[in-house]
Amino acid sequence: MKCSEFLHELTNYLDGVLDEPTKAELENHLSWCHNCYVVCDTTKKTIEIYRDSQLYELPDDLRTRLRSAIMTKCQEHKKRGPQSV
Amino acid sequence: MGAIQNKLEEPVSDELKLVQAAKRGDDSAFEELVRRYDRNVFRIAQHITQNREDAEDVVQEAFLKAYGNLAKFQEQSKFYTWLVRIAVNEALMKLRRRKPERTVSLDEDIKTEDDSLPREIADWSPNPEQQYNQAELREILSKTIQGLPPGFRTVFVLRDVEGLSTEETAAALELSVPAVKSRLLRARLQLRERLGRFFQKRESGDGDQ
Repeated sequence: MKCSEFLHELTNYLDGVLDEPTKAELENHLSWCHNCYVVCDTTKKTIEIYRDSQLYELPDDLRTRLRSAIMTKCQEHKKRGPQSV
Repeated sequence: MGAIQNKLEEPVSDELKLVQAAKRGDDSAFEELVRRYDRNVFRIAQHITQNREDAEDVVQEAFLKAYGNLAKFQEQSKFYTWLVRIAVNEALMKLRRRKPERTVSLDEDIKTEDDSLPREIADWSPNPEQQYNQAELREILSKTIQGLPPGFRTVFVLRDVEGLSTEETAAALELSVPAVKSRLLRARLQLRERLGRFFQKRESGDGDQ
């Protein structure tokens, strides 16, 4: 397996959707190719860091304000009838 | 494993009950759907628009549109996936308005296969995120994802931040599964490469044993 082939399957590998033979082939490649090992490991870290970052959390006060605005507009929509959105 | 599976399946039917009640005119059921997904919609919207006010607008407009079109919602798909599709479209529209000089669509940014091949291979320090405080880390992550084309960061946020499956992401974005996979790979590799600047092992041996 060449590095470009490894890279092509990287997303499937990280998502755990490969069949066993392909997975074994990739892991064999990882066992001797340091560059691909580093790319794979740091890509995995990239995903984990974003997933755990709580970037763009909706603050409670804004959340309450938005929900109340949404429900008010929904009620106005209901009064006006179905043509208004 | 079995327990996890049950937990995943349960909210779907619960969600459907809320949708059916909302369709019958029960606004408190719709409000419960808002409560359930407002944080997700906000996160998705801000990842795409990279603007807080736009993200607030998207949350309102997406739920209002969902409310107004609830009768058209086909119950064989998940309400959340349908809502995400509406929210993504609203967010992309905001971007187009803000950057009219650039066409913004999910089909742009298709460059050659080689454009995301790693050029930078250097390893990161262990626990790289611990080199920065929370505020610094958020700034780094936010700046880094801003540099990605909208089509890439949309796929990344749905798959890797919100945890939608590849098929759900494809359905929400009206893309094919291979297109989602290709964008996801390139988004992940580009983010990795850009984050490397902040997280690489330092020459001094910082973080090394």
